[in-house]
Parts: sequence; C-alpha cells; structure tokens
Amino acid sequence: MTLHPMGIELLQLILLPLLAPAFAGWVKIVKCRMQGRTAPGILQPYRDIRRLFNKDVVLADNASWIFRVTPYLAFGVTLMTAGIIPLISVDLPLAATADIIALVMLFAIVRFFTALAGMDIGTAFGGMGSSREMMISSLAEPAMLMAIFTVSLASSSTSLPQMVSVMANGHFMIRPSLAFSLIAFILIALAETGRIPVDNPATHLELTMIHEAMILEYSGRYLALIEWAGMMKLMVFFSLGIAAFLPWGIAGSGEPLSLLLRGLYFVAKLAVGGVVMVLIETGLAKMRIFRLPEYLGSAFLLATLGMIAFFILE
Amino acid sequence: MALVTLLWISVLVALVLAFVGDWRFAPEINIAGSALTFVASLVLALEVYQRGAFTAGGNFFFVDAFNVYLVVLTTFVSTTTAVFSRRYMRVERDHGKVGHWRMRFYHAMFQLFIFAMLIALLTNNFGVLWISMELATLATVLLVSLYRTPTAIEAAWKYFILCGVGIAQALFGTVLLYFAAERVLGVGGNALLWTNLSQVSSQLEPTVLRLAFVFLMVGYGTKAGLVPVHNWLPDAHSEGPTPISAVLSGLLLNVALYALVRCKSLVDISTGTRFAGNMMIGFGLLSLLVAAFSLLRQKDIKRLFAYSSIEHMGIATFAFGLGGSIATFGGMLHMLVHSLTKSSVFFSVGHASQMHGTQEMARIRGLLRGNPSVGWGLMLGVMSLSGMPPFGLFASEFLILTATINQMPLMAIPLLIGLAVAFAALFRRVQPMVAGATPPWQTPLKAANIPVFLHLALAVLFGLYLPPFLSRWFEMAVELLR
Amino acid sequence: MSTELVIQLNTLLAAMILLTSFALLVQRRMFAILHIFAWQGFFLGLSTAVIGFATGEHHLYISSLLTLVMKVILLPYILYTLIHKLKIHREIESVMNTPATMLAGIGLVIFSYHLTAPVRQLSTLMTRSTLAVALATVMLGLLMMVTRRHAVSQIIGFLAMENGLFFAATSATYGMPMVVELGVALDLLIAAFIFGIFFFHINTTFDSLDVDQMAKLKETD
Repeated sequence: MTLHPMGIELLQLILLPLLAPAFAGWVKIVKCRMQGRTAPGILQPYRDIRRLFNKDVVLADNASWIFRVTPYLAFGVTLMTAGIIPLISVDLPLAATADIIALVMLFAIVRFFTALAGMDIGTAFGGMGSSREMMISSLAEPAMLMAIFTVSLASSSTSLPQMVSVMANGHFMIRPSLAFSLIAFILIALAETGRIPVDNPATHLELTMIHEAMILEYSGRYLALIEWAGMMKLMVFFSLGIAAFLPWGIAGSGEPLSLLLRGLYFVAKLAVGGVVMVLIETGLAKMRIFRLPEYLGSAFLLATLGMIAFFILE
Repeated sequence: MALVTLLWISVLVALVLAFVGDWRFAPEINIAGSALTFVASLVLALEVYQRGAFTAGGNFFFVDAFNVYLVVLTTFVSTTTAVFSRRYMRVERDHGKVGHWRMRFYHAMFQLFIFAMLIALLTNNFGVLWISMELATLATVLLVSLYRTPTAIEAAWKYFILCGVGIAQALFGTVLLYFAAERVLGVGGNALLWTNLSQVSSQLEPTVLRLAFVFLMVGYGTKAGLVPVHNWLPDAHSEGPTPISAVLSGLLLNVALYALVRCKSLVDISTGTRFAGNMMIGFGLLSLLVAAFSLLRQKDIKRLFAYSSIEHMGIATFAFGLGGSIATFGGMLHMLVHSLTKSSVFFSVGHASQMHGTQEMARIRGLLRGNPSVGWGLMLGVMSLSGMPPFGLFASEFLILTATINQMPLMAIPLLIGLAVAFAALFRRVQPMVAGATPPWQTPLKAANIPVFLHLALAVLFGLYLPPFLSRWFEMAVELLR
Repeated sequence: MSTELVIQLNTLLAAMILLTSFALLVQRRMFAILHIFAWQGFFLGLSTAVIGFATGEHHLYISSLLTLVMKVILLPYILYTLIHKLKIHREIESVMNTPATMLAGIGLVIFSYHLTAPVRQLSTLMTRSTLAVALATVMLGLLMMVTRRHAVSQIIGFLAMENGLFFAATSATYGMPMVVELGVALDLLIAAFIFGIFFFHINTTFDSLDVDQMAKLKETD
C-alpha cells in the first residue's frame, strides 16, 4: 500500500505546525543544558501557546484591520511553505505551484505585514523594530537568493523537489560552491529567524530587540499565532537547509513504513541541526546593530563566492 | 671565460666591500672593481664581435650584440659613477648625512646592484631575468632610503611597493609565456630559454602570448618608468643619493626596457601582428607627452631630471615599438647616449645641490660663475638631453623621427610636440641656474670632472661619428630584433 | 586516489585560497590577518603537493615544501616577531569601506576569469580551471595593497600576491623550472628582510606604521 501524494502533502501540512513547538522546545532545552540551567520540558512551547489562546486580547484603540489580520496571515503563509518544502518526500503536488523564488517571496510577505503591524499602533518601539527588521531583511534577502541560486545552478532547477532529487541522487563530489553557500545560508538563517548574534529571541531589552519590538503590542490569541508562526519559520528554515544541502534520505516511495522511517530520519537531522545552532548561539555574543551590515555583507560575499566557484572551478 | 669573470668580480667586490666596510680605501676598491668589470666586458664584447652570438654556462647565459652593448654600457657607467661617488659621498659623510655603517652598506649594495643588472642582461632564461630584475630593485630600495629622512623613507617605500606590484605582473606574464612555450618545447627548464624561444616564436600560441605581453608590459614598464606606472621614479630619484639616481636612470631603466624589447620581438613574431609594437608605441608616446608637460612644473632639480628620464625612456620605447631597422637602430643609440648624458647630468646636479645645500631649483643660481666646470657640465648635459645637434641624442631622435614619418606619419606630430615641450621646459629651468650672479649661500666645491666630461665627450662623439665597430654592432643587434 | 578525486580536492583547495584572499581583504585586526595569510600559504602548499602526487611531477614536492616552510612558518614568524617588537599587535585599521572593497573584489574575480579564458581553452592540464583563481588572488592582493593604509597589511597584500603567482605557475604549467622557483623564493626572503628594516625605519620616523602619513612627496604646482 502506498500513500497518495496528496496524502503526503497533507501529512506535511499537519506535521509542520505540530512539530514546530517541539523543535523550539528542543532548542531551548539544549541551550539551557549548555548554559548550565534547568531546562523546561519539551512541551513548554505548547503550554505557552495554549495559555496565550485562553487569554483575552487587549487591542489598542487605533489598531486598524492590518493589525488584526497580520497574525492570521503570518500563520497561514508560513504554513503554506510547508507544502512546498520537501520534508519527507519529493513527490509533492503543491510544490509545482511555487519554486524557491516564490518561497523567498512568501517569507517577504510575512515580514512586510509584520512590519506594517508594528507601525500600525504608532508606538515608538513598534516603529523601531520594523525599521530594524526591514534593514536586516533588505540585506539578507539578496544573500539568501544568491546562496539558494548556487544550489539551483548545481541542480539546474529552481523547483525544490527537483533540486532535492538531483542532489540526493547525484554521485558524491567535493563541491566548494555548495560549502560556501551552506555557510552563507546558516549566517542568513540566523539573521532571518532572529537568533543570536543578530537578534536575541529571549530579550525584551529596549535597545537591542528587533523582532520582539515589532510584536510588542500583541496579546492573547494574536500573540499565540505570531509566536507559533515564528516557531514554524525556524523549522521551515531548517527544513530548507536540509532539503538544499543535506537532502540524503528525503526522496523515496510512498509506503507508510518507509515514510515513517524518513520522518524519523528527518527529525534526527532536525535535532542535530538544533544542537549546531545552539553551539553557534552560545559561542557568539550578540552583535551591535551597526555591525550587522558587515555580518550580512560577509554572508552575501560567501554566497557570491559560492556562485563564482561554481562557474570557475566546477 | 670573460663572462664568468665579469660576474664573479662584482660579487666578490660586493663581498669585500661588505667586509672592509668604511675603510679609507673602500671607494677605491669600488672603483677598481667596477673598472675590472668594465675591462672584462670589453673582452666579452670583442669575443662577440669576432664570434657572433654564443651561449655559455650550459645555456644559462646568452650573449649577442644587443645585450653585450648594454653590458659594456652598464660597466662603463658604473665605473664612472664609482669615480664620482668617491668625492660625492665623502662630502655627504663630512656633512654627517651618512655614517659608518651606511657607507659600508652603500658600497656593498652598489656592487650587488651592478651584479643583478649584469645577470639580467646576460641570462638566457626569462625566469632568471625576472629574478634579477627583482634583485636589482631590492638592492636599491635601501639605497634610496639611505639618508633616513622622512621623505627618503617615503620614496623608498613607494619604490618598494610599486615596483614590487609591477614586477609581480611581469612574473605572471612569464608564467603565461612558459605555458605557451611548454606546449611547443616540452616540459622542463628549456622552455624559458631565449635561444629556444626565438627559434620557435612563430609556433607559439598567439592569444596566450598577447595576454602575456600585456602583463609583461605593465611589469617591466613599471621598472622602465613608463607612464602611467611611473610614480615611483621621480620620488626615488629625488630622495636617494645622487650616484644612485645616476645609475637608476642611466642603467636600471635600460635593463627594464631591454627585457621588454626581448619579449616584444617574441610576441610580434608569434601573433604575426604589430600588437606588442603598437602597445609600446602607445606607452612610449604617453610617457613622452606626460613627462614633457610634467617637466614644466618641477621645483626640485633631481625630480626635473627624473621626469626627463621618463621622457627619454618613452622615446626609446616608442622607437622599439615602431620596429624596422632605422627605428631600432635609433632606439639603441638613444638608450646608449641617454645613459651617458643622464648620468653625467646627475653628477653635475649632485655637485650643484651640494654647493647650495638644497635641491630646490629656485635656490640654485650662478653656477657658471661659481664653479665653471659644474655649470658647463650641467649646461652641456641639458643641451644634449634636449637633443641639440652635436650630441648623439640629436642623431638618434632624428633617426626615430625619420622612421616615424616613413611608417606612421601621424605619430610624428605628438612626437614633435613632446620633444619641443621638453626642450623648452628644460631650458627654462636650467638657464637661470647656470647664468647670473653667484648667490651668497653657495659654497665652493671640488668637483669630479672626469666622469662628467668623459660622458659628454662620448655623447658628442656618437653624435658626430659612430665608430665602425659600434655601428656594425648595432646592425647586428637590429638584425637580431627584426 | 582517483584522478577525479584529486581534481576535486585541488578545486576545494583553490576555493579555500580564494576565500582566504577575500578574508585578507576585509579583515582589520593585525594578528587575524597574519593567521589568514599563514592559512593561505598552507592551502597553497597542500595544493601543490596534491598536484605533485597526481601528476607524478616530483619536483612539485620540493616546491610544496618550500612553500610550507617559507609561507606558513618563516614569513609569518618574521612578521609575528616584528609586530610584537613594534607593539602594534593590537592595532586595528579603521578607514576602509568594506562593502565597496568586497564588491570590487568580486568584480576582479570575474575579470580574472575572463582574462584567463584563452589559457583555459588551450590547456589540457587537470588544474586549468584554478588558473582564474590564481590570477584573482594576484588581483586581490593588489587590491589589498591599494585599499590598506597600514604598512604591515600592505606587505601582507604583497605576499598574498606572490602566493597567487606561485599558484598560477602550478596551475598553468605544473610549476616553473626549479631554478626560477628557487630564485623567486630567494627574492622573497630578501624582500622580507628589507620590509622588516623598513617597518623599523617607518615606525621610528613617523611614530606609526600608517602610510597615510607619508604624503610629503607630491607633485608640486
């Protein structure tokens, strides 16, 4: 018995939102262990989300529809990306609708509306957070595209499943271009998901917060949705990295047993990825915001070098 | 045999000088060493004159009419410079500008520099040519900063960095040349030998050689002081001790141009076009024009003549770029007479600035009355440099101009403009320095007259009458480069 | 080791050399620059040895050894002592437009790629694709010398350029004749002594190694 591709698609769409809080919890646990603190359980993010859903919403008087729509939009669009990125299978019917460039654009939509919502209420922090977020993303996006393009070049396609199957089935080669792109991708992913050294998700210190400043005015179910979307985004970035750079074991048939195995493989990769991220985060200090252009500039340079190396050397 | 002696002498003398240091007779040893190399080079020249071109030292060295005349010139000018520097450096020492250690260093490095240039001229291997060019630069860098003044250090640093960068490009060009040669001559050290390359030059890959020449042109062009990569030259000439300015201008630039001409003849045969020649014409004319107009705004006397060197290197490069027997002959004569004249002018300039305690032209006045031999030396030298009739540069410039009108009539216009501007600029600057009353700050000086007037006499001689052996030599060289 | 793998390994090393060139271009701290330079020399020596192994050109082993000794041990050591003696190891270069330098560097890499196209087409060597990287390393060293204002970093730019030239020789022709390579190494050694002397002169005369202070010699009007 094999599962219909549409079924796998559905499975992915359910898996992502359900697993995302657990992944966030896992990252937090590893981080606490590294820093010698007592860790909350892996289920803590679920409890947080539930708690927020049960609370009442406090809305500013001058909040417009943008402010109210943004949380749903952020959640919905991030969920959509789960239909495109191959997590446990490359046979995804929905993937034909959007390629990697569209994926980057989906992230941009979320960011755009979040930034608008940050400014909507008119508080100082929201505006500051929005402006910082836009500065980071304007630098990070070209670098991200460059890094991804190198992989597309190597597999001569911009469709994600296509890229994965080419990369996973091709014979092993030492490819400096991919190594450079991977490093660039990690640097950008840290920036895009608001982790140290770019942003600190655990702080509400006025001068340093970026993402948190933007969503400071949210409460109740709105905040729950936004937080949840943030966790999903983190996981989506990891999945994207795995799909683009470490695709082995994603492609396969639709048999439930094989699917389950691949799912476990995927979870294992995620867990290891989380540990790597925590190592990076613990090893680095948060950068001053003025140094960020340089940080993202190096990411862009690396991505470009990857592309150049592809043309010159391979 | 003469060849090996020639090279050993300068190394040995350098070692001896490094060992004896600032001994009382160190300058005399320096002179004797240089004179010995001169004698050896004459013997070598005679050998070439009788036997024609030959290789020596297991293909490591190669002597033909073209390089042997430069070898003789190099050893001759180094001898006269050594004579001049004996008196000049003694004055500098008495003024406390250089101490014991630096004199030792100066003498040793002077000989090492000559050695490096001789290797560059005599080697058969393009790689070794590069190495010895770099060695010649390195030997002179610390001589330029000998006085340790802030400006001298700045000039030497500039010289070191710019020439280092430039010469690196030449090495890349050499790598490309080796790449092209290896495809024809096979792997191994033989592929960089001039004697082999010149035989197979028509089979070398044109596209690669064209690319190689661009790098070689920039690299050796930097050392030859061609515009736009000339910036180090005026600084290094103005801040270093005058004998060093004389040998830099009179000899090192020649050697760099020699390297360039060798490469050019390979590349143009291989490509079957005038690619390299045209490039040299372009660089040459640009150097001539830029230097001629820069002459107009100089205040420092040594900088003035440094720019004049750029100008003359430009003319010679132009001539070799033009090709053809007349222009090449003219170019070689130009290199020869320019070296003689320019070093003699630098000797006079050195005296003049020692007499006035400055290199500022505005403060150098009344030389003809103050010290007639220095005044006349400078005056006649400038006449020669600006191409006045009895001097050899008139003859060479005339030849080059004739060839230009024959081959590329339009190019004669910028050439003439450049020559005219340089002429006017030099006279405008030099006339007030030699004429007029003696200023109160001028001090008397015992000048070294022999080198100055010996050079000028030769410059006149080559203008009026080219000895048959010399003209035959040049014809042999023209034949080689055709 | 199969030829395929050797080529890939060499490609990887070439990429690392290119990366270190860029790192040199944008790094500001003195010691970090020195470390990166040593790494570049290490990759260079390794790459030479790999090519020597793959082609059976045994003289490349000597070149590789020479590179490792000169550029990983000797020159960095000399510079290290100099930096310590001159007490400039904490110095950080300030004036530098990093993004513009990076973009210029990328432009130079593409330029080198185009420039070396004729060689790449003609060459049958397995290393032909790395020639562009070699020329790029030369160009980036040049760029570093132009953009830097500190004497030590200018010198490191110069040495990086030399690395590029060496790499060009190995990738275009499996190395120059031995006599040339030894001669170049000798020149480099002499150059090292000369710049060492220079650092002291500049430092005592100008009280700093910032070459911007050396701007007296200009064309006068």
